[in-house]
Amino acid sequence: MDMHGQLGHDRRRFLALTAAASSVPLLSACGAGFGDGDSKSDGSAADDVTGSFDWQRHKGTTVKALLNKHPYTDALIADLKAFTAKTGIKVEYDVFPEDNYFDKLTVDLSSGRASYDIFMLGAYMVWQYGPPGWLEDLGPWMRNESATGAEWDQDDFLPSLLEGTQWSLKAGTPLGQGGQYALPWGWEANVVAYNTEVFNKLGLRPAESFDELRELAGTIKRKAPGAGFDGMYGVAVRGSRSWATIHPGFMTMFSRYKLKDFTVDGESLKPAMNSPEAITFTRDWADMVKKGGPPSWTSYTWYQCSSDLGAKKAGMLFDADTAAYFQAVKGASPAAGKIAFHPGPKGPDGSLATNMWIWSLGMNAKSKKKSAAWLFLQWATGKEHLRKGAIEYNHIDPVRKSVSDDPAYRDKMSELAGFIETFEAVQDQTRIQFTPQEQFFDATTSWASALQEIYGGKSAGPVLNGLADDLASKVG
Amino acid sequence: MSSSTEADHGAASSDDAAVAGAREKASAADRGSGSGPAAGAPPPAGPGAERSVPRWRRSLRPYLLIVPALLLTGGILYPFGLGLYYTVFDFAASKPQPDFTGLENYRRIFTDSSFWDSAWVTVLYAVGAAAVETVLGVAVALLLHRSTLVGRVLEKVLILPLMIAPVIAAIIWKLMLQPSVGVVNHLLRPFGLGGVQWTDTPTGALLSSIAVDVWVYTPFVAILALAGLRSLPASPFEAAAVDGAGWWFTFRKLTMPMLWPYVLVAVIFRFMDSLKVFDIIYALTEGGPGDSTVVLQIRAYLEAIRFQRYSFGLSYMIVLWAVVYLAAMVLVRYLGRIQNRAAEVSR
Repeated sequence: MDMHGQLGHDRRRFLALTAAASSVPLLSACGAGFGDGDSKSDGSAADDVTGSFDWQRHKGTTVKALLNKHPYTDALIADLKAFTAKTGIKVEYDVFPEDNYFDKLTVDLSSGRASYDIFMLGAYMVWQYGPPGWLEDLGPWMRNESATGAEWDQDDFLPSLLEGTQWSLKAGTPLGQGGQYALPWGWEANVVAYNTEVFNKLGLRPAESFDELRELAGTIKRKAPGAGFDGMYGVAVRGSRSWATIHPGFMTMFSRYKLKDFTVDGESLKPAMNSPEAITFTRDWADMVKKGGPPSWTSYTWYQCSSDLGAKKAGMLFDADTAAYFQAVKGASPAAGKIAFHPGPKGPDGSLATNMWIWSLGMNAKSKKKSAAWLFLQWATGKEHLRKGAIEYNHIDPVRKSVSDDPAYRDKMSELAGFIETFEAVQDQTRIQFTPQEQFFDATTSWASALQEIYGGKSAGPVLNGLADDLASKVG
Repeated sequence: MSSSTEADHGAASSDDAAVAGAREKASAADRGSGSGPAAGAPPPAGPGAERSVPRWRRSLRPYLLIVPALLLTGGILYPFGLGLYYTVFDFAASKPQPDFTGLENYRRIFTDSSFWDSAWVTVLYAVGAAAVETVLGVAVALLLHRSTLVGRVLEKVLILPLMIAPVIAAIIWKLMLQPSVGVVNHLLRPFGLGGVQWTDTPTGALLSSIAVDVWVYTPFVAILALAGLRSLPASPFEAAAVDGAGWWFTFRKLTMPMLWPYVLVAVIFRFMDSLKVFDIIYALTEGGPGDSTVVLQIRAYLEAIRFQRYSFGLSYMIVLWAVVYLAAMVLVRYLGRIQNRAAEVSR
């Protein structure tokens, strides 16, 4: 009895002690769970770099890069030996397909670890990754002559591209002010590419207005199969339930109609994608897809759009110029040599406002090798590598004026009908047309979802009003 | 050094001999009485051996034995507790130093119509998938029950979908269901059904997702049902055959009541898994078109990972956990009752 009592007492004491011991890490983890309490220093690590600029400063170091599977990445990887030869720095890298890439990057950055020193990102990602302090402000590095070689030549970048990755981290404030949270590395303008063979056979011309584009898409879908283009439809545009559906052709045409995603009133944002004009436009866009778009549109990403153009399944593509370029180059697809470029429909006032995507390179704010990583960023966005990528590989749409003006590059691109002319026609009006704000991905994913519902037959007005109501509480 | 080792060794040998003697006596006593440990089981250690273990080690032994269980429990409860803790804050990437908000996240979830839409889709999916898989699984098991050569070959083939990761299966099916180049419409074309937009409508997307789930997991139900069929006692069926009972009567009154506990185990697994589905739907439809296939798990993923509202996403996961837990509890209790009933039928 005594023994039992003692044992019972011991068991209770043991359990109490165990519970207390378990709760210590739990509570301490809870206390430290929200971020790492690392109060960001005002001083940049760039300030530690002094003396004369030296490419060999970090010889023997290894930096890690996270890259998205892309022809630009292929060009980078193919030239990495040149970087190692120049700096003595080794680059280890992981490449992920785009479907998983940003989730991988998001999870990695939010974990607060420095698994990767450098990574690819789009300008929109700056709006999500910048405010939590995950991105290194590259401004101090760019300004430090000890860290940055003179040949890097910041003024050679197209100004709108550098501005596109510079932000104050405050929702609604325009780009081009505040920290430089990434460097432009490659960009894409959203224009129309079309199959010249079907256009010639049916006697068609590229659309100059949105009404013409909708008509044209329907005409191709109706007439092309009878003209020997089996299964061809009118226009390939993205449709998956993703932010990526909104930003290419849809946002470009939306902007050419002078429509806005949000209006900024002081410090608050108000959804504007449900204005009467926006409702009409969105309804017409969904109608165009129904009458002349791809079958199974709701699953369409740029991969499907691009390959349909190349496979002669789509008469037109309204998406990134690169998506058409990769099909248009000699030997790349059945439609190669028969793809031409056009700026796309103008807005009612002749606007060629174009939304762009900027493939950028950023640095992890938690990186322990920032100085070496900065040397890599300089090299990857420098004239030498980008020129080589543009001329010898498929790293087209140069972010640097010197490369886009290079005769060898122009010679290469002149083989594609209308490419240079289209590029030059839209270049001045091409910028990020979205309002910068942290909830960008939620807003655009919900917007894509609304677009799918309208395509499915729901009335555009109520759907977009519901979307605006939902976003108002999240963004405003 | 060497002498002390020998002395130790001698002492140990003497102890070993004592233990061996005690074991021998105990073993002989066991043989004599005809009771005690089963043949081959280790004999109990003698009192001499027990005395040689220090008292503190004997006291510690029970606690050491529960250490693995404690570690396992801690490994489960720690992240769960942490997750639960985070749900009472407004922790997000945009708010790394959050405020305590109490049950606000749960209030937002339960007052948000999109949660109820997701809950409804989740239930439709889980019930639909589990029901179809059960019916098909049992049917396949009945067909394979007769051990013919064809049946044995089909058993091996049947298991193939289970060897494929569900996300891969969904991608394969996504390609096969593609309206213009997919093989499904190609095969349906001769019947005038070549233009079906499988995942472009809300109903089509949900049914297509369920179909992929059924393709992957019906073999799981079939294998469990087949194992159950083969373990049923033969005598009730022989008696029914002697009495001239028909196939349908035998199936209804004997086979299913006795088989149901086995099938129910599969149903419980499939229903709980289907409530938590993510991979198949996300790979096939990404939750679209519109929000028509956004099940609770996808909404939790979008909130926590894509939109980085960690606390809100975790709250979704906790709600989903509660739903699955309650469903499992009800089903397991039902399973107990069914097992008792099946035992009565087989008697």
